[in-house]
Formats: sequence, structure tokens, C-alpha cells
Amino acid sequence: MRTVSYIQAVTEAMTEEMERDESVFIMGEDVAWNMMGDCTGLVEKFGTERVRNTPISEAGFVGAGAGAAMVGMRPIVHMLIAPFMYVAFDQIVSIIAKSTYTYGGQARLPITLRAPMMYGVSNAAQHSDRPYATLMTIPGLKLIAPATPHDAKGMLKAAIRDDNPVITFEDRSLWGQSSEVPDGELIVPLGQAAVRREGTDVTVVTVAGAITLGLAAAEQLASEGVSAEVIDLRSIVPMDTDTILESVAKTGRLLIADPAHEMGSVASEISAVVAQHGFWSLQAPIARVTTPHTHMPFNADLEKVLLPNTDKIVAEARALME
Amino acid sequence: MITVDDDLLREMYRRMSRIRKFEDTTKELLLAGELYGAFHTSTGQESSILKTRNALRIHDSMVGTHRSHGHPIGKGAQLDRLLAELMGKETGVNQGKGGSMHLSDFSIGSLGETSIVGSGLPVATGAALAYKMRGDDNVSLCFFGDGASNQGTFHESLNLAAIWKLPVVYVCENNGYGELTSAKDAISVEDISIRAVGYDMPGVTVDGQDVLAVFEAVSEAVDRARRGDGPSLVETKTYRFENHAVGRLPEHYRSSEEVEYWRTERDPLALFHQVLIERGFDEQQIDDLDAAVSEEIVAAIEFARQSPAPPPEAAFTHLFSPSAG
Ligand SMILES: Cc1ncc(C[n+]2csc(CCOP(=O)(O)OP(=O)(O)O)c2C)c(N)n1
Ligand SMILES: [Mg+2]
Repeated sequence: MRTVSYIQAVTEAMTEEMERDESVFIMGEDVAWNMMGDCTGLVEKFGTERVRNTPISEAGFVGAGAGAAMVGMRPIVHMLIAPFMYVAFDQIVSIIAKSTYTYGGQARLPITLRAPMMYGVSNAAQHSDRPYATLMTIPGLKLIAPATPHDAKGMLKAAIRDDNPVITFEDRSLWGQSSEVPDGELIVPLGQAAVRREGTDVTVVTVAGAITLGLAAAEQLASEGVSAEVIDLRSIVPMDTDTILESVAKTGRLLIADPAHEMGSVASEISAVVAQHGFWSLQAPIARVTTPHTHMPFNADLEKVLLPNTDKIVAEARALME
Repeated sequence: MITVDDDLLREMYRRMSRIRKFEDTTKELLLAGELYGAFHTSTGQESSILKTRNALRIHDSMVGTHRSHGHPIGKGAQLDRLLAELMGKETGVNQGKGGSMHLSDFSIGSLGETSIVGSGLPVATGAALAYKMRGDDNVSLCFFGDGASNQGTFHESLNLAAIWKLPVVYVCENNGYGELTSAKDAISVEDISIRAVGYDMPGVTVDGQDVLAVFEAVSEAVDRARRGDGPSLVETKTYRFENHAVGRLPEHYRSSEEVEYWRTERDPLALFHQVLIERGFDEQQIDDLDAAVSEEIVAAIEFARQSPAPPPEAAFTHLFSPSAG
């Protein structure tokens, strides 16, 4: 075991997969310059052919990633930040998500899009979206949001090896966090949620960076005599609804903490699944701690109050216990 | 040849000085922690972005980018409400909602600065479409960087403007880099203006540090657009003195000698200062212009500091316009 930061874990995953498989390469804006600090050592090891700076042409290079994947490469496409995917939306939706299906299984798209998310840092509306729910409505895409260094490494490696398109949402509020990662090979299968803390009174499902808030809230609730079970969703599509339903069967209460906008959110989807399939276990209404349906303002104080925080989770959980 | 009289020279210098001092001040305030957010300054590019009233009228519109503190100033905006916006205040041009990457002032015809690279080009094109459909003689001015000229929106916009003969002037500020990547490594041509050929419109490249050269090229393109003769592409070769974003990112992608060269030999303000002297201005007159701008800056900082923050409910306003119907 070693202590590794989230961002280092991401670098390790890419480095190991590029060493292991010649068909893996990374492209994106300023990746060879290691602008974000997540590509440390890559260009020195693999050169500019496989660590490829692109022009600012998202539709072009995301689509080029799809084409390269169709003929056997395993591209990692770096989006810089998640909302820049909007520029490439047609390639993601019409080509990447649909080609395997439309061509009757003939096309394989082993492409990984890395989509770091920055929010809560005064970058205003255009740069601060957490767009996984938007992409969740499109069949044919696997979506993950690893929330620990362990998963950042193991799930990214699994994504690169997956024969299907995977979009990985990296919450930049987690990039600096460190924890233990095993030495040697680490693969974390996609599609499994992780119970991060066991409890009996209320199930708290967290999405992406909300894990930090959920665990802090559970700690505070424990001091008040409320036992919260915290589930880190990790994989958005496919979604591990079994783990959530099992937990709710035990606790009878559900709260979902999701930093994205509330309408049509991952929190909404989980709520629907539990209302439909876990209804008779519920002892209280389902609670969602999300971001209200407005844009992210530039002003730091305005932005801060919109986003989920520990106090909001604690307050909602308390209300469920009444 | 367009004649530039003393009044115009003075006004050009004043606006350049306002941009320079505004950027120097905001950089200081950012580093001191009074401002925040991703912060892209246009120091070094003042002459490229200057649009004096003789080239553009108030009803002409412009669209900017993430690097657009200077664009509204170049078109005549008040500094106080721009600075208030950078502080996230209610009195800011965007009422604290936009910040550095969205600084815009519709009162002087700025249709907004948009921070998704390349996203402003279709907007400027559409404004020109409206002017043409309505028979106004307004012109739409579109600012973007070298990096943006690789987006599909650049190519799509130029084609639309050409087939519809729209009154739009595309001004590409080629500062040599898109973030950390050199234009040499990212762009298929040396001069971006050559891309105009593919869309059958005039394309020129000018020295972006020479304000008179930029003024002449843009004025010619604006006149052409206003006459109904269609779009043009003007490329200004320029340089940003600061890093891509102030206080962030590594700067290992360019040499300090290169930065030093541009700062000492190719500073548009120093070059223009020289021109003013040659045209008969004395140092005192120029100092007076600078001093007046400094006073304006001091007042703007004071205004911004004194201004109230937006109330919490402001987070929910402006999602939609009030409907007239
Ligand atoms: C679609 C999109 N991709 C990437 C970015 C990140 N980004 C911000 S500024 C920039 C460079 C833009 O270069 P250029 O157009 O030359 O303008 P400059 O910054 O040099 O003024 C990039 C890549 C973005 N804002 N939008
Ligand atoms: Mg540039």
C-alpha cells in the first residue's frame, strides 16, 4: 500500500495502460505540456505521437478518437473540463454512443473521455457544469465518477480496457485528496457502487465529489445518534441499483447528494428507482440534496449557497428521522 | 489611406492607456486576493483590440472572448462597472453573474464575451444577418483568438457570412498561442488571414502592435461591410505579455527571452507613444492623458469596493427575460 493522490492515481492508470498496450494513446489540448498536472511524465515516456496536443477543435478530435477506436486504437481523449464536451456533442451522441448499435454490432468503440469537472470556484456558468445527467439520457455510453484515488486508478484502467465508450467525470475537488492505493495491478470493475460507511437509519448515496460531504455528514449525524450508511455511487451507467435497494431495505430512508442540477438528475433517477422498486421499505419521503435549477453565478458567495454542503445533508437527514 | 487627426490620435492613446492601466490594476487586485476567478488579461494586445468611434459606431455591435477585459474598453465602456463586475458586485455590468470571462456591456454594443472558445463567431454572424435583413447599416465586429480559428464555428461562420454577404468583420487576434500550444503547432497556415480565401472574402494580416495599421485595416473592412459588400477577415499579429491566465499554469512553453523581447521592443503603448511624439505631441500632453486615466481607475476601484454584493436571491434571477407577452 502507498498513499497516493487522486491526480497521481489518474496519471498512474494512464501510464500503466500505455505501457501495457501500444494502442492506448492520449490526446487533448495541452496534454503534452501537462497543463493540468495530470499528465506528469507521459510525454517523456511515450513521446508526442502518443501524447498528442490537439488544436482547440473538440468536435474534430473527439470524433477522430471515435474513428481511431473503430479501427482498433484505444484513445483517451482529454476534455480539459467537462462542459467542453458540448462542442463535440454530435460526435459523442450520434457517433460514439450509437455506432455499435446502428451498425448491428460491427463497430467497437473502446474510447475513454476524461471529463474533469470544476465547480464552486467562480468560473461562472459556461465552465462549471456537471453534465453527467445530460449524458445519462443517452443509451450506449458508460458513465463513471470515481471518488477515491483507489477508484480513480482502478476504474480508469477498467475504462481504458473496456471495449465500449466510457466517460469518466473527475471531480476536481477530489484531485488533491490522498489515500491508500495498493501496489501492483489494480482494476475496479465498472457498474458497482461502494458502501463507504455502514449504518442502519438512513442511506446516503453520494455522486462524485459529494462523497466528502456525505462522509462528514455521517460523522456529525453519528454524534447525534443517527446512523447513516454512505454509498459512493462510483458508476452512473450502468448503475448498481441493487446495492442501493438493499441498503434502503435496511434503513428505510434515502437521501441522495448530487452536485449537479436537480431537474432530471442522477438523484432523480435513483429516487425513481427506489420509489418504484423499494417503495414498501420507505419510512419517509426521499430527500435530494442537489443544486437548484439555475446557472452557476460568478459571484463566489452566490455560487456557494447553491451547491450541496454537509450542513444541508445533515439537516435533510435529520428531517427524515422525524 | 485613412487620415487620423490629432483628436483621434489622442482618443486612441487614451483608450489604449485605459486598457493597459485597467489590466495592470486588475492583475494587482487579483494577486492581492481582492479579485478571483480564471483571469485572462490582454496586456500587450491593446492596439489589436482598440476600436475607436471613428471605426465603429455605438450601434455597431461586437462579440468578445474569455480574454475580453479590453474589448468593451476599446469600444468606450465605463471602467467602474467593469471593475465592479470583476469583484462580483451588483453594480457590475453582468450584476456579478459573469465575471472576468464574460465581461460585457450591452450599453456600448457589446453582445457579450463568451468563454467557450469559438462560441462567439456564430453570434456575431447572426447579428450581422439581422442588420442585413432589417436594412440597418450596422456592422458586427467579431473578436477571437488564433486558437479559435481551428474550431468548426470559425469555418461555418465565415462561409455563412460569405454566402449571405453579411456586414461582419472577423478580427483574429493572433497572439501566437492558444493556452500553452504555439500557433505554429496547431494551425495549418502561417497567416490565418489566408483562410479567408476558402470563403471568398478579403483577408489581411497586419502588425497588431501598430495601432494605426490595425485601425486602417479594420476601418476599411468596416466600411466595406457598411457599404453592403460583405464580410472580411483581419488578422492582427500580437502577443500577450502575461501568462495565459494570471497567477496560474506553468509558463515553460515559451522562453523568457521571447516575452522580454515583446515587452521591450514591441509594446504597443510605447510604440504609439513614439508615434505621438513624431506627430508633434509633447511628453506633458501624454502624461496628462495618462494621469486622467489613472484618476478614472482610482475612482473605478472605489466605486467597485463601495458597491453592494448581489443579494442571495440574485442566483435565481435572469434565468429568463421578463416576457413582454
Ligand atoms: C471549447 C473550449 N475548449 C477549451 C477551452 C479552454 N481554453 C480557454 S482559452 C483557450 C485558448 C484560446 O486560445 P486563443 O483562441 O488563441 O485565445 P487567447 O487565449 O490566446 O486569447 C483554451 C484552450 C475553452 N474555454 N473552450
Ligand atoms: Mg491565442
